Amino acid sequence: MRSRRSVWFWLQLALTLAVCAFLIVPIGLSMLAGVTQNYFLGPSHGLTLQWVLKVWQDYSAPVLLSVQLAALCLLCTLVLGIPAAYVLAKRQNAFTRAIEELMVMPVAVPGIATALALIVTYGSLGGFRTHWSFILAGHVLFTLPFMVRSVLAVMMSMDLHTLEEAARSLGANFVQRFFGVVLPNCRAGIVAGALMVVTLSLGEFNMTLLLHTPLTQTLPVGLADTYASLRLEIGSAYTLVFFIIIVPLLVAMQWASNAASRARSV
Amino acid sequence: MIVLRERQLLFALMLPAAMVFAAFFLLPLARLVVMGGSGPLGWAAYADIFTGTHYLKSFAQTIALSAAVTVFTLVVSGLAGVFLERNRFTGHALLTAMLTLPLAFPGVVIGFMVIMLAGRQGLVADISDALVGERLVFAYSMAGLFMGYVYFSIPRTILTVMAAAEKLDPRLEEAARSLGAGPLRVVRDVVLPALKPALVAAGAICFATSMGAFGTAFTLATRINVVPMVIYTEFTLQANVAMAAALSFVLGAITWAALAFARTLTGSSVAAAG
Repeated sequence: MRSRRSVWFWLQLALTLAVCAFLIVPIGLSMLAGVTQNYFLGPSHGLTLQWVLKVWQDYSAPVLLSVQLAALCLLCTLVLGIPAAYVLAKRQNAFTRAIEELMVMPVAVPGIATALALIVTYGSLGGFRTHWSFILAGHVLFTLPFMVRSVLAVMMSMDLHTLEEAARSLGANFVQRFFGVVLPNCRAGIVAGALMVVTLSLGEFNMTLLLHTPLTQTLPVGLADTYASLRLEIGSAYTLVFFIIIVPLLVAMQWASNAASRARSV
Repeated sequence: MIVLRERQLLFALMLPAAMVFAAFFLLPLARLVVMGGSGPLGWAAYADIFTGTHYLKSFAQTIALSAAVTVFTLVVSGLAGVFLERNRFTGHALLTAMLTLPLAFPGVVIGFMVIMLAGRQGLVADISDALVGERLVFAYSMAGLFMGYVYFSIPRTILTVMAAAEKLDPRLEEAARSLGAGPLRVVRDVVLPALKPALVAAGAICFATSMGAFGTAFTLATRINVVPMVIYTEFTLQANVAMAAALSFVLGAITWAALAFARTLTGSSVAAAG
């Protein structure tokens, strides 16, 4: 089979390569456009970092706000999500399954609907409406299920009960068991969940467009702004800045999931 | 006594997440439903969505687009995913990594990727200009949106298909082949039934995200009449909060139902919208 590939092999390979090109070529084009002096004339007419610098001058505030939101969102999902996942892992019954089902709803319901719901409820609280914590509330809702599910999956795959009993019989109280036994054992799930939460928060747009105010613009909202109103090179340069932040996270995510599947197969 | 203490402990651990969830999701969702019935039409606003031609047409267009994206994505990702799982060759790991790289790209960025390909200064326009002397531009239309949603859905669907194909037993296919089944027969009667749960789950996520996605449409054009764009226009330009709320609730109900339906068929699924 390895020596004689059938015609099906080559057809499927061609299709897969075409799909890959469809996904990767525009990324390459946009990165190139971000450092090209004039995209219409082409890169042969000169490369430049002036667009990237201009983007940094004009949009460093949204970029920094997005990083801040992602970090705080991660903190919130860790504090809220890990204990919740622990409860769901300890008690498997109809009630906790219903809770799990409910928790996934902010992902199932379109972001624009959730954002509108938040605005009709809290929009009149001026101080909250115009503060970045209003956006944070939306991001936490949307990303929490990913943290809970990721940690829960790891907790379900190990024998939590025996581990805890062993620690308990050695005299460990709940706090010692939780931080000394439970958390270290679901490290892989926490890392995978954390990467997902940060990536999603950094890129969140569906909710944020309605939740933001002119003073609380985030990275993706700024991106939409440049796409709509400025020249292609600036939009590309801003996208390049976004890629520089997001691609290492995506690669880390692939690495984490590969490590997890290797660990399972050992 | 000990059981009771454990119960209280678990309750206390669940409480913070439950409170945040209730305050920022359940309560607002209830307010949204009420708001939808508070416009000049009252509760008839919900009925108006399904009787008035304007909104109904928008829903029909969005559903048709999402269904087309789902079918196309499943076919392409199904073929590529099974192929990648079945064959090992030089560059395999790199190819897989590249196909799943755009996994969590936001919709706005995907809209821009579509512009790079099919926009006024796009690659397709350059190629068609060189070939037939005419610049082919379709980014700012339903076709562009279709392209964007397919782009968004492919990485996740390929991952799901690969995970499911890993569990396929090649011996079943060999048995079918040795019994005289042709390649198409094997795919239809052995491979597809085994992949069905994964395809249904991935398809439901694909459909739901295409229904609710907003960033790509926002980047490409405000004239595309998909439901999330209509909600945005009603809310910002028309200042018709009640209608926007009613539309949001109906849209949310549809996407949630699609995912819940898939879950009853397959057991579990997690969705992500950009």
